[in-house]
Amino acid sequence: MIRVVLPAHLKNLARVSGEVQLDLAAPVTQRLVLDALETRFPMLRGTIRDHHTGQRRPFVRFYACEEDLSNESPDAPLPDEVAAGKEPYLVIGAMAGG
Amino acid sequence: MSGVRVLVGTRKGAFILTADGKRQDWQVSGPHFGGWEIYHVNGSPADPDRLYVSQSSGWFGQLIQRSDDGGKTFEPVGNDFAYEGEVGEHLWYDGTPRPWEFKRIWHLEPSLDDPDTVYAGAEDAAIYRTTDGGHSWQELTALRTHETGPRWQPGAGGMCLHTIILDPVNRDRMFIAISAAGAFRSDDGGKSWQPINRGLRSQQIPDEDAEVGHCVHRIAMHPSRPDVLFMQKHWDVMRSDDAGASWHEVSGDLPTDFGFPIAVHANEPETIYVVPIKSDSEHYPPEGKLRVYRSRTGGNEWEPLTNGLPQANCYVNVLRDAMAVDTLGGVYFGTSGGQVYGSADDGDTWTAIVRDLPPVLSVEVQALP
Repeated sequence: MIRVVLPAHLKNLARVSGEVQLDLAAPVTQRLVLDALETRFPMLRGTIRDHHTGQRRPFVRFYACEEDLSNESPDAPLPDEVAAGKEPYLVIGAMAGG
Repeated sequence: MSGVRVLVGTRKGAFILTADGKRQDWQVSGPHFGGWEIYHVNGSPADPDRLYVSQSSGWFGQLIQRSDDGGKTFEPVGNDFAYEGEVGEHLWYDGTPRPWEFKRIWHLEPSLDDPDTVYAGAEDAAIYRTTDGGHSWQELTALRTHETGPRWQPGAGGMCLHTIILDPVNRDRMFIAISAAGAFRSDDGGKSWQPINRGLRSQQIPDEDAEVGHCVHRIAMHPSRPDVLFMQKHWDVMRSDDAGASWHEVSGDLPTDFGFPIAVHANEPETIYVVPIKSDSEHYPPEGKLRVYRSRTGGNEWEPLTNGLPQANCYVNVLRDAMAVDTLGGVYFGTSGGQVYGSADDGDTWTAIVRDLPPVLSVEVQALP
């Protein structure tokens, strides 16, 4: 089970209050997590990644296990702690005023 | 007539203001989509309870929300706004070529008779249409790929398509305006477009009367006379009596002819409203006095409307999509200071419906059956 934490605006959009839990088979990658997230919450399509290129939006970041994974390959395996559900996968809105 | 609903888009959410026909006691609903920029909220003329909302943020991009119950509930619909085919290039502020890049939807214009059909104006400039209630959007590519496209450039607010007017008589005709490309007309439902900027003069471009490049801020039309158009340009208030084929200036005795919105009275086709702003470098009312100017002669002769509006120390702006009229003689506008003012008597007197909203980006009004 993968635990995903969304930023407040996307929680509101997806109408969830806490963490999102996704069941994914190993090996778990960022692409698979985001694909599953968008399948379960279609309203999130286009808000995290570009509809067509799949590229991360510039003001969105991905963290896990105190590491910034934003610029890692989307097909690289996530840390074991994330794959095991011990640590969450964090989708972050970059700090940029507001 | 059961009441009036004013749809307000702001920098930090949408608000819906409702009143009965007397328009004295107002209820305020919102913020809806708090924290998001709401460039526009608009209702379907064919079904007033069908609302469409342009919701966006620099972080999470563009969303479109739809309500089927007059704003009590909303559901997100499609948000895939793709430029079809070759993207092409326009001019950047410094005069160099720059590829088209989608930023946001500025304006939503529902069809006059089908609640599921809506036109959307984008930054960078393009026009989209949905025919399935917002679930999918298709670009009308002939506009963006017009031969003049490489000469279009952004105004200070971005290269936005901010005005869409549907002709209620000739249903294949529509007008759009882009800052800073100018006005365009289609006579075939968006399959082809022609610039309609003859008579405009703009000192901000090398050729003052060029075919394109003019910073048109807003166009308005009365539905009973679709060949008569009124324009607030960067500077100059203009009028066309031939569906945009030619324009002449009607700024007349205005204290300044810079401004953003322009509106036509819902029942009097020769009565028009503007909000003069001091200059392109000082976006606030002259002398700190917020004055709507009304012409009952289709331009040239203007009178200030001040009753109920601040006449000292007022330095707000009124943006291009932030003024609306209803068929009851109502006129409404919102300011960059978060006030929404309304008049129930053609502009003779004004009251602040709300005073402390986030900066107002857009105002629409619906007279409910």
